[in-house]
Amino acid sequence: MAAIELRNIVKVFSDKRRGRDLLTLDNINLDIEANDFVCLLGPSGCGKSTLLNIIAGFEQATSGRTLVDGKQVERPGSDRGVVFQQATLMPWLTAIDNIAFHLKLKGIAKAERYDRAMEFIELVGLRGFEHHHPSEMSGGMNQRVGIARALLMNPSVILMDEPFAALDAQTKLEMQEELVAIWQKRRCTIVFVTHSVDEALVLGNKIVVMTRRPGRIREAVNFDLPRPRDITSPEFNDAKRHILALIREESTRLAQAS
Amino acid sequence: MTSVTDVSPARPAFRLTRAFQGLERLVVPALLVAGWEAFACSGMLPPALLPAPSAVLHALGDWVFGFDETTQTYSGHWLRDALASALRVFGGFALASFFGVLAGVAIGWSRLFEKTLEPTLQMLRPIPPVSWIPLAIIWFGIADKPAIFLVFLGAFFPVLMNSIHGVKTVDHNLVRAGAMMGANGRQMLTDIVLPAALPAIFAGLRIAVGSAWMLTVTAEMVAVKSGLGYVLWDSYYFLRYDIVLAAMISIGLLGYLSDLGLKAIMARTLRWQQTTTVQGRVG
Repeated sequence: MAAIELRNIVKVFSDKRRGRDLLTLDNINLDIEANDFVCLLGPSGCGKSTLLNIIAGFEQATSGRTLVDGKQVERPGSDRGVVFQQATLMPWLTAIDNIAFHLKLKGIAKAERYDRAMEFIELVGLRGFEHHHPSEMSGGMNQRVGIARALLMNPSVILMDEPFAALDAQTKLEMQEELVAIWQKRRCTIVFVTHSVDEALVLGNKIVVMTRRPGRIREAVNFDLPRPRDITSPEFNDAKRHILALIREESTRLAQAS
Repeated sequence: MTSVTDVSPARPAFRLTRAFQGLERLVVPALLVAGWEAFACSGMLPPALLPAPSAVLHALGDWVFGFDETTQTYSGHWLRDALASALRVFGGFALASFFGVLAGVAIGWSRLFEKTLEPTLQMLRPIPPVSWIPLAIIWFGIADKPAIFLVFLGAFFPVLMNSIHGVKTVDHNLVRAGAMMGANGRQMLTDIVLPAALPAIFAGLRIAVGSAWMLTVTAEMVAVKSGLGYVLWDSYYFLRYDIVLAAMISIGLLGYLSDLGLKAIMARTLRWQQTTTVQGRVG
């Protein structure tokens, strides 16, 4: 059984003001295996974030079935950790309180909360900043807190919605390396949304290329280049060429159609 | 936090201006008082109509400490009068804060309350609290209760409006993050929505404490026989404008102090916000 099963997912947004419907996701079928690192790659507006939100339970598909660990997704829950594009931390809580927030909601005592959260502070390299508020930390540090917060819940899948898009190039590279290290160490299933071909190829072992609106899956590419990946190696470039060709083919088809 | 404070005092010029920083806020009041004193001494108006600041200060001093009974029956009774007013402010303000936040959060959070409760409250809101005075007197008589009722009316709506606004504008993604971490309905409200709305709620409380003082004094002029407002109105009947002015100053001062107190509580509660100021974030 796959960790995530998407069956015939259709999402239609009704635009009430203009009185028309917008087909955003058109019949998505996808299986994601446990411990996969899957990148959903596509241009802006292709519905990749919508698809992620459907898995997270933030949005409901118009039709189709979404199963996580064989269970139908109906609402958000701590079995699916989400890392948002903006860190979306509680600004009134310190780093450690943000990370341990899930434990607080479960009514676990403070000492144990902090004890368990410290492991994740260490994991994301924020030792010494555990009592800082989000406004006192950089965007990259906040995003580390966001990742630690999702990991602490020990979810069966982690859903990431362009979490590094707002970071500078250097921080982004560091965070990508660390994320891969964390994924290798903890063996979890990650679904990572991105519009960057390079990012998808650095991170994923399965890259799902989506088409522009309405969102469909163009191709799911398996990519098992050993890590750490050399982004200048011929294998990396071959894969990049293949994916770029898929995307280009798509845009020519669109140009001809219009 | 450190970089801002570490850098600025290094230059001596800075230290000099810092010494005057406390004084600069006194310049305008000092000029006003000096001008007033000069005008009053010039004799253009009879001193009974425009008492000089020195006379007002004298009256205030006697009212507070009772040294020569220039303020007659009020001599030495300031603390009692101020306390009477302050208790009414506190009572009405406390009630208004409690019910304002409660109703505001309910309306902001739940469609049901928004539909059922809000239209009525919004219809009551434009009625000036002062226009309730006749009803307040027949309902509650002449005592603390009508005053507290009026203070409540004046303080309730700013708290209500700001609480509604605060809850309605909570970042949608924070709510999603809470749901993702498994918050149930009650936790969503107490652990996410309420803290996120606190800055707006505090803004409402600060407006409310100002209205509370205004309405206490108004009520005391009409419906109560004690407090700073009563002294003010009573002195007017005896043409004691020095005491009228002393009462006005007392009200201004106490209102200012209540706001300072509220600001201090706010600074403690919203400590997490403090680093996001004009001076920018650190790091």
